[in-house]
Amino acid sequence: MTLPTTIRRVLPQLVALFVILALNTAIAPGFLDIAFANGRFYGSLIDILNRGAPVALLAVGMTLVIATKGIDLSVGAVMAIAGAVAAALITSDHSLAATILATLGVGIVCGLWNGALVAFLGIQPIIATLILMVAGRGIAQLITEGVILTFNDPGLVFVGTGAVFGIPFPVILWVAIGIAASVLFRTTALGLLVEAIGINRRASSLAGIGTSALLLAVYAASGLCAAVAGIVAAGDIRGADANNAGLWLELDAILAVVVGGNSLMGGRFSIAGSLIGAMIIQSVNTGILLAGFPPEFNLVIKAAIIVVILVVQSPASQTLFAFMKSRPRSEEDAAAPVREPEKEAAR
Amino acid sequence: MRAEDGSLAPAAGRFVSGRVMIGSEMLLRAEGISKQFLGVTALSNVDFDLAAGEVHALVGENGAGKSTLIKILTGAYRRDGGRIVLAGKPIDPSDVMDAQELGIGTVYQEVNLLPNLTVAENLFLGREPKRFGLTNRSEANRRSREILGQYGLDIDVTSLLATYSVAVRQIVAIARAVDLSGKVLILDEPTASLDAAEVSRLFSILDGLKQRGLGIVFITHFFDQVYRIADRVTILRNGHKVATRPIEGLKRIELVSLMLGRELQEQEAHVAEPVDRSQKPVVASFKALSKNGQIAPFDLEMRAGEVVGVAGLLGSGRTETAELMFGIHQPDHGTIEVDGKPVTFASPRDAIAHGFGFCPEDRKLDGIVEDLSVRENIVLALQARRGWAKPLPRKEQEAIADRYIEALDIRTSDREKPIKFLSGGNQQKVILARWLATDPRLLILDEPTRGIDVGAHAEIIRLIGELRQRGMSLLVISSELEEIVAYATRVRVLADRRHTGELPAGEISADAIMRAIASAEDETSGGGAGEGRAAEILREGTA
Amino acid sequence: MKNLKTLAGAVALSALMAGSAAAADMTVGFSQIGSESGWRAAETTLTKQQAEQRGIDLKFADAQQKQENQIKAIRSFIAQGVDAILLAPVVATGWDQVLEEAKDAEIPVVLLDRQVDSSDDLYLTAVGSDLEHEGEVAGDWLVKEVGDKDCNVVELQGTTGSSPAIKRKAGFEKAISGHDNVKIVRSQTGDFTRTKGKEVMESFLKAENGGQDICALYAHNDDMAVGAIQAIKEAGLKPGSDILVVSIDAVPDIFLAMENGEANATVELTPNMAGPAFDALEAYKSDGTEPPKFIQTESKLYTQSDNPKAIYEEKKNQGY
Repeated sequence: MTLPTTIRRVLPQLVALFVILALNTAIAPGFLDIAFANGRFYGSLIDILNRGAPVALLAVGMTLVIATKGIDLSVGAVMAIAGAVAAALITSDHSLAATILATLGVGIVCGLWNGALVAFLGIQPIIATLILMVAGRGIAQLITEGVILTFNDPGLVFVGTGAVFGIPFPVILWVAIGIAASVLFRTTALGLLVEAIGINRRASSLAGIGTSALLLAVYAASGLCAAVAGIVAAGDIRGADANNAGLWLELDAILAVVVGGNSLMGGRFSIAGSLIGAMIIQSVNTGILLAGFPPEFNLVIKAAIIVVILVVQSPASQTLFAFMKSRPRSEEDAAAPVREPEKEAAR
Repeated sequence: MRAEDGSLAPAAGRFVSGRVMIGSEMLLRAEGISKQFLGVTALSNVDFDLAAGEVHALVGENGAGKSTLIKILTGAYRRDGGRIVLAGKPIDPSDVMDAQELGIGTVYQEVNLLPNLTVAENLFLGREPKRFGLTNRSEANRRSREILGQYGLDIDVTSLLATYSVAVRQIVAIARAVDLSGKVLILDEPTASLDAAEVSRLFSILDGLKQRGLGIVFITHFFDQVYRIADRVTILRNGHKVATRPIEGLKRIELVSLMLGRELQEQEAHVAEPVDRSQKPVVASFKALSKNGQIAPFDLEMRAGEVVGVAGLLGSGRTETAELMFGIHQPDHGTIEVDGKPVTFASPRDAIAHGFGFCPEDRKLDGIVEDLSVRENIVLALQARRGWAKPLPRKEQEAIADRYIEALDIRTSDREKPIKFLSGGNQQKVILARWLATDPRLLILDEPTRGIDVGAHAEIIRLIGELRQRGMSLLVISSELEEIVAYATRVRVLADRRHTGELPAGEISADAIMRAIASAEDETSGGGAGEGRAAEILREGTA
Repeated sequence: MKNLKTLAGAVALSALMAGSAAAADMTVGFSQIGSESGWRAAETTLTKQQAEQRGIDLKFADAQQKQENQIKAIRSFIAQGVDAILLAPVVATGWDQVLEEAKDAEIPVVLLDRQVDSSDDLYLTAVGSDLEHEGEVAGDWLVKEVGDKDCNVVELQGTTGSSPAIKRKAGFEKAISGHDNVKIVRSQTGDFTRTKGKEVMESFLKAENGGQDICALYAHNDDMAVGAIQAIKEAGLKPGSDILVVSIDAVPDIFLAMENGEANATVELTPNMAGPAFDALEAYKSDGTEPPKFIQTESKLYTQSDNPKAIYEEKKNQGY
């Protein structure tokens, strides 16, 4: 057990990811092949990284929201809005920079709306974000006038389908945003303050933490991530599909956070864990597609695999593992100086 | 709540009639109980017995093994060694339900009922009376009223449990446990969140149960209560049984030294020396501060190097005063001045920016951030004040944490241990450390010694004195009058959401404070009930 | 914009109700489901166009996806004494009573593109396409196109369990049965969306030797085909020649792809349901000709040789 803490934290997720990838390799012989063609790497592994981008992006923001004991159901709808805004602006001859800035701004505004409902009006996050989840798709449809708004702007298409040094641009985006968010929250005190709010908002407020401002900030961050995901999804198909863009992805994002070992009860969080969670989900999706089972089995297989992962991660199983591990180590523990013999009894 | 309390008869004192002779036939006998957690000994070869019709107190500092012992008796933990005999038969409860069926019921400090169900539903949860295979609500309600009637409780059993006070919930929990189990009742710190009148009511209920032949195990931190209700007492220390003694003839100082394993300094003798206030600079002054329905207008001038004790009954406006001073609630009227300049506090953040600190009364709800480590809990307020962009370097955090763990003697195996695993007293010291780390000029402590063990209690009182001598300004709210006498340089007396008077340094004694409260209560509530409550406090304070 | 149209429709309707009905040969009420898809928007546009061309006074009511709104609209049409009613029913059940009211008032009702679970003497006729036939047309085209060559087909199904997915699959399989050189090697759902169409096509390409082993793609709708075409291009293959692409619906964007040589054929689910409906109504009104109970619209096949650019321009303005 000499691994650094950060790696040890996501070890169960890495193991799960490895097992799924191994299963995929067994099912699809060429699964691990990576070729270089048309200026980009090409292969199923790359597909997983690339197709998982929207959920990974959403999961970054969702992790932060969930760390505050909240939840953001609106991210799928915000993706649709962002895609619609981007497509509408670029097709009415705005510059790429203006389009992207405005779209990201819209995402932040959506997040601030959610955050204000939660922080100032005290509405439960699940209800507060449900409002935009329901209304958001309608707003997106109003913007696109009910059609798939197609565009051919090379810049916007690049966001969804381009590649830098052979790596698909969406992959670079989610990795970069994931690292940036981790660095921002771990090198500053934001991580600690967000965790404190998630564990005990009242006590945090009494300790002088600006809880309302921080809640606004994390929901805005979630909206921003959703807007980036929305641009990626629209760029990918060169069009804004208000009816389908991001549909049900809020649930995949929440699942990614949970599979990543984060608790819905808030508190301790790991963005890396959530990103690995997103990759686990996408590996399952891609594996199912490669396996060639009839589509009626898709959801059943996915659910079964997720259940196994969650059961392995559950507190009950963790206790069991800890118990099994503790057996040979108990002497070593007993030898360590313990000032408080009755840990378990303290309330 | 208040009307209900007011109608209660004063406590009946000691129940001599209930005493039983301890014979050879014990209701419950535990022999040689041992328990280890991951190689750490929590209980070592502990014997314990309980007679029918007896109240047996179980005392010890936090971490002594009290909770482990009762969790083994109730099947929540499996013992590693020893045997348990109930009414002559060896038992081996596999879980709490099993223990209940065998006849051992438990009521915890945080009442283990479901607040969003009705009282009747709680009483009959899992064993609802049936008619035609469906729950028979009216039957359940009727029987609930009948059962609670035996405890002198006449409430609407169809209301949600959440609508009742902790005291009522506790009685419901006891009623359920007795109805379910009927032989042994285990009470884990039942009085921690009750006021004096509620405690008396609880004790008269326990007396009734004693008469009915139940054996009662009673865990508490309060010596007064041990002397009032218990027949015998068993003292645990560091997982070992120190002694079991009949209460009669046991001297208080003897009990304390058995618990601590050392002689406790006589803290009562330590009355704070008078301070010449006029020599000290004013830190903050609060003028005509008020909030409708919370607290009537009050003036308060806080100077460096003084400890203002705040005394009054529960609900007299003590906490409300602190909340206005710290910006938790905003006053309707009045002004706050810090260093002579007017300020407004929109939130605690603003108060902290001016060097204020506040240890709340409800440690668990408002104080600790349970999953964070001791280190993180200690640096939290300091970090919040610096802002998110200026993180304290990890090394500095560790240094701060280590300094306070050492200085306040916080008992933790590791500064990275989540605070939730610490005992109540140590959690309280961590919250104190959190504020000391911000180097506050004005520190407000709301019931800083509630529910913590004797050792930590004495240390916190000593610390308050030290902080004052270092020039800090402190406002300390407490229900324990001796405690106030030990540290206060003046005492504010509150009654009925009003600041009714102040005792200057020379006049502070437990007696004087009680008289002040009693007369204030009489004035404000017009006699009767107030007198009863004041008398109650009197008894509590001087027992 | 859509809402403005609806509003305009509602205003027009109320104006008519106020008694200022313009003189026309025939007044027809049209209860539309709503505007949940581009195809439905086109259906509304074409219905209005057809009515205008024929001098029919059309009263339009948008039901916003609610049956109760449709029932209200029909009752209001009856009260106004229209000559006929067009109904695109949002659900299949619950129409008996209001249809009987129309029958009692001797107003013929024509169902558009969806069926109802009511006795067929309660309505004059139903106009719609045959989903299975559409699949068959697509299959027939592919069989003819490849001739005797072996052809491995990958199939992008619609939403699992939906009736278009089931029927379009069955029709296609019927068309290729008996042609052993054409076989479906992979079939997976793309949920009728571009995104899923693209993602699933990517996995097909990986699973079938980088797409070298795929001869043709059959997609249950054009949107999935548009997504898949992008996946094929990104894999370095040429859609339309390396992999043949045939799909169903004939939405404008697929004509752009055909113009660029990236798609080969599409089968039209015509949004012009009103044309045949008006034909039947006019015949019925003039000499009492009873139409058949189901009028099947043409499932027209479009290929690259049908001047896709021109069709795109035409369809673009139909509200897709």
